[in-house]
Amino acid sequence: MHIEANDLDRLARLARLALTADERSALVSSLDDALSMVSALREVDVNGITPMAHPHDATLRLRADEVTETDRQSALERIAPQMQGGLYLVPKVIE
Amino acid sequence: MSGLRFADIDGWRAALATDRAAALAEAVRMATASQTELNALITPAPITPIADHVGSGIGDLAGIPYAHKDLFCSEGVRATAGSRMLAEFISPYDATVSARLNAAGAVCIGKANMDEFAMGSSNENSAFGPVRNPWNVERVPGGSSGGSAALVAAGVVPFATGSDTGGSVRQPAAFCGVTGFKPTYGRVSRYGMIAFASSLDQAGVIARHARDCAQVLNVLAGFDPKDATSVERPTEDFVAACARGVRGMRIGVAKELYSAGVRSEVAECTRRALTKLEQAGAVLVDIQLPRLPLSVPAYYVIAPAEASSNLARYDGVRYGHRAEHARDLNDLYSRSRSEGFGDEVKRRILVGTFVLSAGYYDAYYLRAQRIRRLIAEDFARAFAKVDVIAGPTTPDVAFTLGEKSNDPLAMYAADINTVAVNLAGLPAMSLPCGFVDDLPVGLQLIGPAWGETQLFAAGHGYQQISDWHQKTPRVLS
Repeated sequence: MHIEANDLDRLARLARLALTADERSALVSSLDDALSMVSALREVDVNGITPMAHPHDATLRLRADEVTETDRQSALERIAPQMQGGLYLVPKVIE
Repeated sequence: MSGLRFADIDGWRAALATDRAAALAEAVRMATASQTELNALITPAPITPIADHVGSGIGDLAGIPYAHKDLFCSEGVRATAGSRMLAEFISPYDATVSARLNAAGAVCIGKANMDEFAMGSSNENSAFGPVRNPWNVERVPGGSSGGSAALVAAGVVPFATGSDTGGSVRQPAAFCGVTGFKPTYGRVSRYGMIAFASSLDQAGVIARHARDCAQVLNVLAGFDPKDATSVERPTEDFVAACARGVRGMRIGVAKELYSAGVRSEVAECTRRALTKLEQAGAVLVDIQLPRLPLSVPAYYVIAPAEASSNLARYDGVRYGHRAEHARDLNDLYSRSRSEGFGDEVKRRILVGTFVLSAGYYDAYYLRAQRIRRLIAEDFARAFAKVDVIAGPTTPDVAFTLGEKSNDPLAMYAADINTVAVNLAGLPAMSLPCGFVDDLPVGLQLIGPAWGETQLFAAGHGYQQISDWHQKTPRVLS
């Protein structure tokens, strides 16, 4: 798999990153290098091996069905870049 | 008050008992003065007023000063994770690690510099400038917990917190000639530790002495219902474990940890350490870790995949950096993220996005997870025969600032001896074991899951028969 400029543009769109022209040319080559390094994984026989997502193969435990969260609205509002009337402000989404 | 530079935790206790206010004032003075040469703190100020600590003396670490890696949240205190994205972020809550240190009475003298979002091995990826190595300020301190390691090495604080996703506690400890301890995944709560790769991240501690790491881990370890991956286990006394000694201990030596990339002088230092341990009664056993060479490629698929998912939360809306004059919602997301993240973080987000994208998920991400299991099985087989595994922490000593900053792959390749430990979720530590080119060399000891006690027995045992951890760099002002 080789990364071309149009692959990078697709990935940047998926990752919500706006790249400058300089960043794009540097990233095409360094992503290509990174993917060729990890291509060593393709040589390994992994038939029948279960993917390991977690070091101890743990399953998420269930907690008691009780309310433990307190109302932190004002604390969370204080760290938001733009709030109005208890709502997060974003650019207009619907025309 | 003088004479506190390079003091261990017990030394600080004695000084605090004599004159608490003067000892704490000296801690703050040393931390502030170190900034000019080391740049090891992002916020070089106590997180709570020193006056609040002068009168009290309760808790296992009462009054002991420490530096806190800037990815641990503390309520009302800035936590940047080394990123422009969080340059103004004031945490609305305490990380469990912060809360436990507060409850133990420890005094945070500042927030330590680090690679952005813990992604890096040199501290050159910090938005707040690189940290310098106290042994040679032209050299990197390692990363990502570089500020923490540099402050301990410079004798400013007896311990500092760190986090270890692929070696970020052990590698800077090796480069700075101090002791770094990474616990078993699930031993210390990740709640409030700004996430990089959640199946690999684990909080750790850096100190000059293994026994001081044990004192701090006694405070940090334990089940936390706020972290879904925290594991409920009986508490163990890691300080008591230090006294067990190394007699009869079986130490595994794997040739894979001495691959072609490991510099011969570095390998030689660690072999001399193993000979000393053998003379003290340990038994060296040859073992194999045949899949170890696959750990770097597997790690550089899994860690970026988890990072790309974790870092999706930075959207310019709820907290963190927000771009001005966005045209629409997508423009707000893209520009906020592009302005907020540095080059290495962007690179890893893009790699992670690729390996998780349609058409590549099976071939890269799932395959890496399968190989992760093979690597963990190698360790499990080895630990049927030995108590700990030993080898060099890093292939070489600290490199020069700028030497590898344009070659990310060279930087990744140097993680060969540390990342497998995170993939398998094991505990490990790095201990000073010699010098090459007047720079420290680290000996890595790896334990089986939940084998912290035997690691402390080995680590403290080694420090009873060696004095590399007592060596100090030239004293700063």
